[in-house]
Amino acid sequence: MADTTTGTTPLSATVATASAATFDVIVVGAGPAGSCAATVLARAGHRVALLERGAFPGAKNMYGGVIYPRILDRLHPQWWEQVPIQRWITRRSTMVMTETRALTIDFRSEAWGEPPYNGATAYRPDFDHWLADQAVAAGAHLLNATTAVGLLRDADQRIVGVRTDRPDGDLWASTVIACDGVNSFIAKEAGLHEELDPANYTLGVKETLALPRSVIEERFGVRDRHGVDIEILGGTSGVNGGGFLYTNLDTLAVGAVLKLPALAAQQTRPEEIIGRLKAHPAIAPLVEGGEIVEYSAHVIPEAGRSMMPTLTTDRLLVTGDAAAMCLAAGIWLEGVNFAMASGMAAGETVAEALASGDTSARGLGGYERRLRDSFVLADHDKLRRAPGLVLSDRVQHQYPEMITGVVERMFRVDNPEPKPGLRRILREERRAAGVRIRDLARDAWIGFRSFG
Amino acid sequence: MTLTNDGLWPEVSFEDRMSTVRFDIGERAHITVDSAVCGDCSTRECVVACPANLFVPTSDGGILFNYEQCFECGTCYMVCNREGAITWTYPDGGHGVVFKRT
Repeated sequence: MADTTTGTTPLSATVATASAATFDVIVVGAGPAGSCAATVLARAGHRVALLERGAFPGAKNMYGGVIYPRILDRLHPQWWEQVPIQRWITRRSTMVMTETRALTIDFRSEAWGEPPYNGATAYRPDFDHWLADQAVAAGAHLLNATTAVGLLRDADQRIVGVRTDRPDGDLWASTVIACDGVNSFIAKEAGLHEELDPANYTLGVKETLALPRSVIEERFGVRDRHGVDIEILGGTSGVNGGGFLYTNLDTLAVGAVLKLPALAAQQTRPEEIIGRLKAHPAIAPLVEGGEIVEYSAHVIPEAGRSMMPTLTTDRLLVTGDAAAMCLAAGIWLEGVNFAMASGMAAGETVAEALASGDTSARGLGGYERRLRDSFVLADHDKLRRAPGLVLSDRVQHQYPEMITGVVERMFRVDNPEPKPGLRRILREERRAAGVRIRDLARDAWIGFRSFG
Repeated sequence: MTLTNDGLWPEVSFEDRMSTVRFDIGERAHITVDSAVCGDCSTRECVVACPANLFVPTSDGGILFNYEQCFECGTCYMVCNREGAITWTYPDGGHGVVFKRT
């Protein structure tokens, strides 16, 4: 497995003359979306500039995090033989916690530890770097340390390229693919986003904790390169969001995802929220003694379908986090796969449009069609109400109390009292948590419509 | 700053926490804060929300801001209620945060 964490990739092209600065396509951002788009286009024989503002691809990227790479089957068959992962997830736990209780649904599958696998933990600087290397191998021109500062337009206001912060940094092309991540400045400049609503975003904060490999495998009950992903509801100090804890090879990642307005409206800082999560009785024995080797943060587009921008305009497409394609649907927390799939769809669409000579919005119409025919928009359409439900006050604050209260009563032996019936427990715990039947029924219906 | 970890592990100071992160700091401040706009802000969402703790209230009621150890996440400008208080761009190419094991 290649170590891609050290050093920086030298610039693979020097932009000096106008002709050298002219491409068929400019892909802004060498994350999962951009590298997949660039790979598809370079393989189709097009001249592609792939811009990365970091010193190397992945330098700016962080997640909370499992990658589900099956979408790469088409682009990189047998990807699992090369991709720099940490552990294959064979154990997936969903935990609902209050301050003193935790209910965990814990599933493991040996099949997920064999090709073609299911999900993997990885360091994004490794994974994204590898994916960009594949684009370079396909012939894309990777320009590291290059920040796109705006779109270039001709006298008719048509997009004709990208202005970068390199000396003589104007790059020309008939089409631009915006893969520039959650802040999405290119798509914003193009007017594709509605006004920013902080309620659509969460802050992800994370600690990477070093522990010996053998300790991790003992504590989490896994061997070889198998790993565990624990997703947590509750445990975020009353701030709407969620927690996570997962295994890398010789580190753990523990962190929280925090709804921005909820975070900003209280007084506990993000790193304190991680600290409290780590001190929870269900988490502390797993992370104890872990030395913090990296602290990190990133914003997540959380609201899914309802916050997506217009995806296509004349000579411009938007992909991945820049198009809010991250899926935050409680039991499903994905994003890298959506980025890769949308990048591939964008690459295929632009290749088609370049061949036909029409890169107007109409010529690029195949992009949204492709996304609708794939999981990208199918999942987001079906789960359009899930992010709101998951981050709602009831799911965040009342249901964890109610659910863990019910389970505590079920398994508590109150002799000499006889066992109460489940119906009575449900009724009493629902009332104790302040949940109204009407709201419970409504949320159950949204959940059923979304997940059913 | 007290973490409620009940002595399970040594307290990590915020400075030590940030020292685990690599920054190749650029010369240009990629974020600027206009204290004329934010001076009388009482809610100060940026102070609690910035994961790098870059917004520090001063005794005279202002905000001291430092761009150098910035994760470039965007939280500050998204939570800010004052139009024009925070001007936010990416650092110049090749500068800023460099993640390793994230």
